[in-house]
Amino acid sequence: MITGFILRALDGKIIVAIAILLGVAILVPALNLLTPPDSAFHIPTYAMALMGKYLCYALLALALDLVWGYCGILSLGHGAFFALGGYAMGMYLMRQIGSRGVYGNPELPDFMVFLNWQELPWFWHGFDMFWFAMLMVLVVPGLLAFVFGWFAFRSRVNGVYLSIITQAMTYALMLAFFRNDMGFGGNNGLTDYKDILGFSVQADGTRAVLFAMSAVMLALCLLIASGIVRSKFGKVLVGVRDAESRVRFLGFRVEHIKLFTFVVSAMMAGIAGALFVPQVGIINPGEFAPANSIEVVVWTAVGGRGTLIGPIIGAVLVNSGKSFFTGAFPEFWLYALGGLFIAVTLFLPKGIVGTIQHGFSSRKAMKAAREAEKGRDAQTPMAQAAE
Amino acid sequence: MNPKKLLQTFLILILSALAAPAFAQGADPKPLFNQLADANFNRAEELISQIAATGDPRVVSALEAFAEGDLYFRKSDKAVFIAKAAGSNVALTDALTGESAGDAPKAAVTKIRVNNNLRRVIRSALGGLTLLSPDRAVRLSAADAVLRSPSPENLELVEAALAKETDAEVKTRMEEARAVSLLSSDRSVEEKRAAIETIRNYGGRDAIGILRAAYGSADASLQTEIDAAVASIEGDLALWDMAQNVWYGLSLGSVLLLAAIGLAITFGVMGIINMAHGEMVMLGAYSTFVVQELIRANAPGLFDWSLAIALPVAFIVTGAVGLVLERGVIRFLYGRPLETLLATWGVSLILQQAIRSIFGPTNREVGNPSWMSGSFGLGGMTVTWNRLWIIVFSLTIFFALLVLLKRSAFGLQMRAVTQNRRMASSMGIRTPWIDAFTFALGSGIAGIAGVALSQIDNVSPNLGQSYIIDSFMVVVFGGVGNLWGTLVGAMSLGILNKFLEPSVGAVLGKILVLVLIILFIQKRPRGLFALKGRAVEA
Repeated sequence: MITGFILRALDGKIIVAIAILLGVAILVPALNLLTPPDSAFHIPTYAMALMGKYLCYALLALALDLVWGYCGILSLGHGAFFALGGYAMGMYLMRQIGSRGVYGNPELPDFMVFLNWQELPWFWHGFDMFWFAMLMVLVVPGLLAFVFGWFAFRSRVNGVYLSIITQAMTYALMLAFFRNDMGFGGNNGLTDYKDILGFSVQADGTRAVLFAMSAVMLALCLLIASGIVRSKFGKVLVGVRDAESRVRFLGFRVEHIKLFTFVVSAMMAGIAGALFVPQVGIINPGEFAPANSIEVVVWTAVGGRGTLIGPIIGAVLVNSGKSFFTGAFPEFWLYALGGLFIAVTLFLPKGIVGTIQHGFSSRKAMKAAREAEKGRDAQTPMAQAAE
Repeated sequence: MNPKKLLQTFLILILSALAAPAFAQGADPKPLFNQLADANFNRAEELISQIAATGDPRVVSALEAFAEGDLYFRKSDKAVFIAKAAGSNVALTDALTGESAGDAPKAAVTKIRVNNNLRRVIRSALGGLTLLSPDRAVRLSAADAVLRSPSPENLELVEAALAKETDAEVKTRMEEARAVSLLSSDRSVEEKRAAIETIRNYGGRDAIGILRAAYGSADASLQTEIDAAVASIEGDLALWDMAQNVWYGLSLGSVLLLAAIGLAITFGVMGIINMAHGEMVMLGAYSTFVVQELIRANAPGLFDWSLAIALPVAFIVTGAVGLVLERGVIRFLYGRPLETLLATWGVSLILQQAIRSIFGPTNREVGNPSWMSGSFGLGGMTVTWNRLWIIVFSLTIFFALLVLLKRSAFGLQMRAVTQNRRMASSMGIRTPWIDAFTFALGSGIAGIAGVALSQIDNVSPNLGQSYIIDSFMVVVFGGVGNLWGTLVGAMSLGILNKFLEPSVGAVLGKILVLVLIILFIQKRPRGLFALKGRAVEA
């Protein structure tokens, strides 16, 4: 059954994408570690860390595509799952600092000593063990997604309403994590990490491994996502996206289908956050900001939603652009990003990958699709929106 | 005179036991003071009465200094000064004007002697000067001082003053002061009972303190009455606290209403998710800033009118931006709410950055016109004028909008297009223009809200961001497509917030409210005032 799942998952483009990702996972660390610094092929560590960050964002965008592109749930709170995964990893890394912190307390992280706390809060126990922290990277975002989704999908909150309350969710979490007495470092978040599994987080070797892990995890999640959307379950999923009521009338439990996808997606976002934190070296409540989550949506939209590969390309492209603009023309980045939001929704609704795919398919199919779009547009916009 | 000094004056007064002589207005106290230099005690007593009889308020501090033994005369010319030791010299101050008169060696001055009898005379004279002062404000503050520090010694003085008092407000205050003093004196139980009743009517936290202090020395029969009075005052205070919370809640609610009311049009009526709504509010606030700058530069006299001028300016500016936004972007996205959300988010980023490029990233100073600053007390609560005006303003906007929607031709067309676009179109309504102007109206109202919010919030490029989630919560909570729902939603969220704040803190309160709304939406996905009927069905 599992082989069947994998075989179905591997259609042409996915194979290519996974092969490229695995190639990158080997090649980039190799070029970083094995070539001399003055070689033309050398990739400096900072560039590798930057690319590693893009890969984490790509994984986050992939997670969003699974719920938005295939299930029609536009989550504006995926940054929350990402940040929660990041915090779980950050807590493990904080515990690894041990007595090397500024205050030299072997048990408590610096900020707790600073706040005059006497003992570790209960929710910090267990994070000194790597396996437990990794479990939490999956469980905490998964649990939040489960509880949130359970309430939301059961009472059939959907469309824009769902988007707005997911945004409220991440906003509430942001406010909560900004509080010092939450026990997560407040405003400053968690930072100043020393090592991971005994290896220094600053060392080139550790960074290379983290990079390779990011690429491999992205490939793995791509495989899983592809397996899900190409299974029979995936067909139902698309059905839910396009005609939720009909799927319900056919006897499917729509809320269960949505809930499963939402939880899987949240876990992927959590993994992305966990890989992001040791490479960037900090996690703070700013990651919960609603603006971040919306930015993820634009990466997905640029690449092409409902294509799985598109969001990966979109995340890497947009973030490269961001790195370039914020370095060269810091004034213009927000104009460019804002313009991108508008341009993509107006002129490129299918995204880069979606448009290219349509270019390859026959003109007839394209025409049919356009007719369908038009038919939908012709409905009364106001009345439809009032629905 | 600083407050501490004032209090000192009254503390002395409180010890006095005799009513003061009548005043002879207008006489100059200066020569009388100088005669003190070589007067014996009996002569000094006469002089003090005469000094007090001048009724000159400047003598208060000099008499005080006399009672404290700080009054000296210069041997050379027998002029009288208030003197304080400063090293081997003494620093001289003119007894009446309080002006510095330089230093003098200690040997050059002699202290004017004072004994207990003189002190008593001085105190009663001071009491007469304040509690019996011809100036109403002085009497009032003297009575207040007695109220604050009750003591049985000043009972007779207060009663004497009370007998002469004609002003109703001062009289009430003096009666309260009398009751407070009486409670710690050795008067009869009946009088004390009446005094407790008076204090109970006076109310406030001070009254509780006074009653508690009197509790220990009171009769057993009075103790139950004191208990009852304290409980009753505490009940009153709790009620006022509640009223104050409701007021704060209404004030926050009116801010939410202002921010959300434009959204109630664009989102609630048209169904457009306008994420740039907060930026429309921000543009309104910046319009106010620009208008005020122009007024400051060109016609400073008009400053109190700046808000009234800014209102139409902000409405036109943001309405125009809204019109361009609808024609340029949103109309291509009707029927695709999620895409609208993304595109308008992009617009909001551009608007924020544009404002940042033009006005800089820092907060801009928007002034309060004089009629919006200050506050007044209402019973046990404080009401600030700007909050009051914002409540009035938001309700005015609300009802004006309601009338526009229900009574005007434009409102009629708007509702027709919302309910049945094709039918409206075939009746000759130009639906695209109705769409555009409805959106412009919603944006313009957001701009007007920005004018009001500029008075209570920081005017920065991020102003809108802080309101966008709250405004969506209000509209969703109140029910989409229903203005009354927006009103009720805004007010109840505001009050809920303010009632949670004292017990759990501001941030946690806000989080709790968000969680409650999320849970509420699960229960009633269409909000408090849901539309009923066919339009609701998905």
